Amino acid sequence: MKRDTFIFKYLSGIIGIIVTAAIFIVPFVFIFFTAVKDRGQAALREFTLPESFLFFENLIAVIEARDYMLITAFVNSTVLTVASVGGMVIFGAMVAFVLQRRVTRFTGLINALILAGLIIPPAVVPTIWVLQGLNLFKTLHGLIFIEVAFGLAFTILLFRAFISSIPRELDEAAIIDGAGPIKLFFRVIFPLLRSVIATVIILQSITVFNDFQNPLYFLPGDENATVQLTLYNFQSQFNTSFNLLYMNILIITIPMLILFLLFNRRIVSGMTAGAVKG
Amino acid sequence: MAVISTARKNKNQRHTYSSLNVAKSYPSWFYAPAAIIYAVLFLLPTLLSFFFSLTRWSLFDWQFIGFDNFAQFFSEPFLIQGTLNTVFFAFFTSGTKVVLGMLLAIWLSGAVFAKSYLRAVIFFPVLVSTVGVGITFKALMQPEDGVINASLNFFGIEGPLWLADPGTALFSVALVDVWRGVGIATVIYLAGLAAIPQEYNEAAIVDGAGKLTKFRHITLPLLFPATSTVIILSLIGGLRSFDLIWAMTRGGPGFASDVLASIIFKQYQAGFYGLSTAGNVVLFILVTAIVYPLNRYLNKKEVDY
Repeated sequence: MKRDTFIFKYLSGIIGIIVTAAIFIVPFVFIFFTAVKDRGQAALREFTLPESFLFFENLIAVIEARDYMLITAFVNSTVLTVASVGGMVIFGAMVAFVLQRRVTRFTGLINALILAGLIIPPAVVPTIWVLQGLNLFKTLHGLIFIEVAFGLAFTILLFRAFISSIPRELDEAAIIDGAGPIKLFFRVIFPLLRSVIATVIILQSITVFNDFQNPLYFLPGDENATVQLTLYNFQSQFNTSFNLLYMNILIITIPMLILFLLFNRRIVSGMTAGAVKG
Repeated sequence: MAVISTARKNKNQRHTYSSLNVAKSYPSWFYAPAAIIYAVLFLLPTLLSFFFSLTRWSLFDWQFIGFDNFAQFFSEPFLIQGTLNTVFFAFFTSGTKVVLGMLLAIWLSGAVFAKSYLRAVIFFPVLVSTVGVGITFKALMQPEDGVINASLNFFGIEGPLWLADPGTALFSVALVDVWRGVGIATVIYLAGLAAIPQEYNEAAIVDGAGKLTKFRHITLPLLFPATSTVIILSLIGGLRSFDLIWAMTRGGPGFASDVLASIIFKQYQAGFYGLSTAGNVVLFILVTAIVYPLNRYLNKKEVDY
């Protein structure tokens, strides 16, 4: 029995490594290989070893393309991601806290609205119409508000499930000590949410940073490009320069990779607390 | 879905209130920032969409035309095709993610060599730009020179035309969507498995239960909250899926892989704002009609376990 499990452990692991290499690693190797190829070889879009290693040449060419559009896009996407995820975390946690702790006759309605926010696909053109009316269309802060509005429902659900596991006696102790609502929330509750905040940050940052549809609709124009739109804009321009297109893909994956390496171990623990135990 | 079902439990907590002033400690204005953003940029446009779907609309000026947009929507074969495609795409990707996510999680929660490496590799595509994934797989799925068909050729199999064939285009995109999203399903299942108390498994072993019996009577039922979370989240995502389809096929060849979200974008680009909004309303009805009852049903079943 023991020997069997030992064999199973290594055999299935090694088979797993081979299969995942074929299915999950090959596409990334392809991206990397194509990104360092010269233009002619890249245009074939075949899975072959690069004949030339033009890593830095291609990197610089992508950065310089279209008047340093990628730099602008990186600044835009970073501001967008940090601001909107920050908004979701703070505003979402505030709602989840009061919603979980205080039951009124509106609780049912609020829960229904949150469920609606999770399920209903946003109405595109009416949203543009409203943004125009508020002078927020084609502005970065307009898109920040949009991402917050669309991301709140899921954020609140994760927070609410987690807050229900924080004992109410903690609140009562703080209140008896004279803490007002702001102090109670920001000093006592908010720090306890650390693990679920990490989950929210990683999931929503991935969503916002990789979002293509919302910037496409609500923030058109080259000067406003986000990193995902650079791919879209370069796709036509780089029709003959696939090496630069793939270099672009490579560059815009790095920020999320760093986030992943920082929060990797927290993902499962945060999910346990937030999504499944409920 | 476990996340949503907690609302019910709240009601039973009413008796635990102490004499402390609840309204003062948990003030309503905590709702305000989220409520304002949500109401103005989400609820209002959703309500407006019902009205503007009944108009011919140029953003500056509208003309009421009744249900003409919807009549047009359901008389054009490619729009009906797009609606059916949306449903197929959502159910195929959701179902596949449930099965694969569960199997991968069970495998990766046991004793496996290089476990954390394998977990990371499977999760990694979740992080990568969807548009980037689309562009990459478009190249990998090339019928002649793409690495997928080249490898199939090596084993003597003639690969399909993937995106170039109207019959397989949508299916190919759906496969890539599973590739990209199975990591999230796996993580949710891993969390679900971690929440199963070890005593259940030990008790089953003491009772002499085999692996299959253990799976059927312990793992599967206790994973139900995770399953319903995966089903609901991936259905919602699948029904409104746009980025990947747009990056890979733009709805083509012809209209073979068009879904509602890509139709909405095409009508918007063409300046048919009324028709585009009607598409939005159709998508709204479709999503609500599928997800809302399913969510209720899953919640009810969850309580039974």
